[in-house]
Amino acid sequence: MAKNNLVMELKDFSFTYAGAEKASLKKINLPIEENKITAMIGPSGCGKSTLLRAMNRIHDLYPGNTYEGKINLYRADGSKQNILELKKENDFIKLRQEVGMIFQKPTPFPMSIFDNVAYGLRLSGIKNKTELQDRVEKALKGAAIWDETKDRLNESALGMSGGQQQRLCIARAVALKPRVLLFDEPTSALDPISTGAIEELIAEIKSEVSVVIVTHNMQQASRLSDYTAFMYLGDLAEFDKTDTIFLNPKEKLTEDYITGRFG
Amino acid sequence: MNRLLLNKIILLLSTLSAVIGIGFLFWILATLSYKGITSIHWTTFTKDLVEGGIRNLLVGQFTMALMATVVAVPVGMMAGIYLREYGHGSKLASIIRNLSDVMMSAPSIVIGVFVFALLVDPFNGYNGWAGVVALAIMMIPIIISTTDNMLALVPTELREAGMALGGSKHKIILQIVVRAAKVGITTGVLLSFARIIGETAPLLFTSANNQFFTMDLTEQFPSLTVSIYNLATYPDEASRELAWAASFILTAIVLCINLVGRFVIRNKK
Repeated sequence: MAKNNLVMELKDFSFTYAGAEKASLKKINLPIEENKITAMIGPSGCGKSTLLRAMNRIHDLYPGNTYEGKINLYRADGSKQNILELKKENDFIKLRQEVGMIFQKPTPFPMSIFDNVAYGLRLSGIKNKTELQDRVEKALKGAAIWDETKDRLNESALGMSGGQQQRLCIARAVALKPRVLLFDEPTSALDPISTGAIEELIAEIKSEVSVVIVTHNMQQASRLSDYTAFMYLGDLAEFDKTDTIFLNPKEKLTEDYITGRFG
Repeated sequence: MNRLLLNKIILLLSTLSAVIGIGFLFWILATLSYKGITSIHWTTFTKDLVEGGIRNLLVGQFTMALMATVVAVPVGMMAGIYLREYGHGSKLASIIRNLSDVMMSAPSIVIGVFVFALLVDPFNGYNGWAGVVALAIMMIPIIISTTDNMLALVPTELREAGMALGGSKHKIILQIVVRAAKVGITTGVLLSFARIIGETAPLLFTSANNQFFTMDLTEQFPSLTVSIYNLATYPDEASRELAWAASFILTAIVLCINLVGRFVIRNKK
């Protein structure tokens, strides 16, 4: 596997929740390739969401968790940073602008559609009105939701359908031009048609941003992703190209899970 | 015993209890409306207490309640935000939350006595500010509790989504979380306003009463509720009629505020 075009890399990464005795994630080694979609699958409680939430340190909203090992973020200029070393709020803010996140349930803010997309941009310091309008329009077009929203940008985002809300959230994240977007089961609260639209969107945005997606849906992982990580009980059981994982897994465990023998 | 029969007896008893309860309520409202409406004249609203009207009382009561709201809303909201967003799970927060709940059920006369010792006795006399403070003290725990509860209803994902876009904690709280809880908090403020606008005990020996029109909060301050208390004890018919009129108007005001509060909830949810 080519090592030179990584955007993130986890090295011997372990994670323990505050107050827990045992580590929830044990010595994970996982490369995230640039402009590819990496899927994380595995049965409930295997730690895939926990892993995802470490990659933008959103865990740090709740104090007392323990990280070990390294998570390197490689920037476009070639520099790298171990994000586990970050301590100050400003550094976290910068990290989260580079590594965005989409949640299971759509999370529109209680404000207009325009302001939802502009929110992150304003936080990042953009004040110029025309630039804001430009970036919002671009982001909404990028999330394939411009046609549905261009006449109602000033209406509340809470009036949109669930699928639209989720695409708005993706637009909101894409607007910041992050290096990586983390998706935490982004379609499990949506109907099949909206799910299709979101999947199409994710496949499209990968030319601009690297994607890591946690999913319960194995078909989704096989349809969408270039690489698949299969996790089991806090371990990374197998990681490879998606085709290999689904057609020719090395581990018996992976095969059993993929063929539906457990999980 | 026959289960069907038992069912019917229980049904009968609970219906009867409901009818008795509601009956008394309507009796009160009917008496109040009848006596109140027949006692209201045009001059009731245009003249001050000294001339047999309640103009100064209405203005005084609202002034004190509004000033109390201006004091209590920021304090109560910030305390509620602390409890839910910053001190969540800490010992200090749970102590404050418990104390605030105790304060909410503190007898209002006790609050009146406290403020009397604090702001009336040392300043040689009843004054409007003391009334404002007493009402604010009544209001703060209600607003703390409402803010706390309404913020608890905002899904965690919304906070995380804000953080994931690069927001700092205080910005997310003020710009997103509080906004998401806005309707609930506004309703809470309205209902607590309705609660304090009808209070007598905290005002009895803080702001006391004033027969004349004044907007000077350092003087004794006109109060509708205290006037009702006074007027009802006077022997002359005119005073008692005015007490009925004032009671009816106060009830109507409280009812209106409550209805507006409910209307806001229903339309926003």
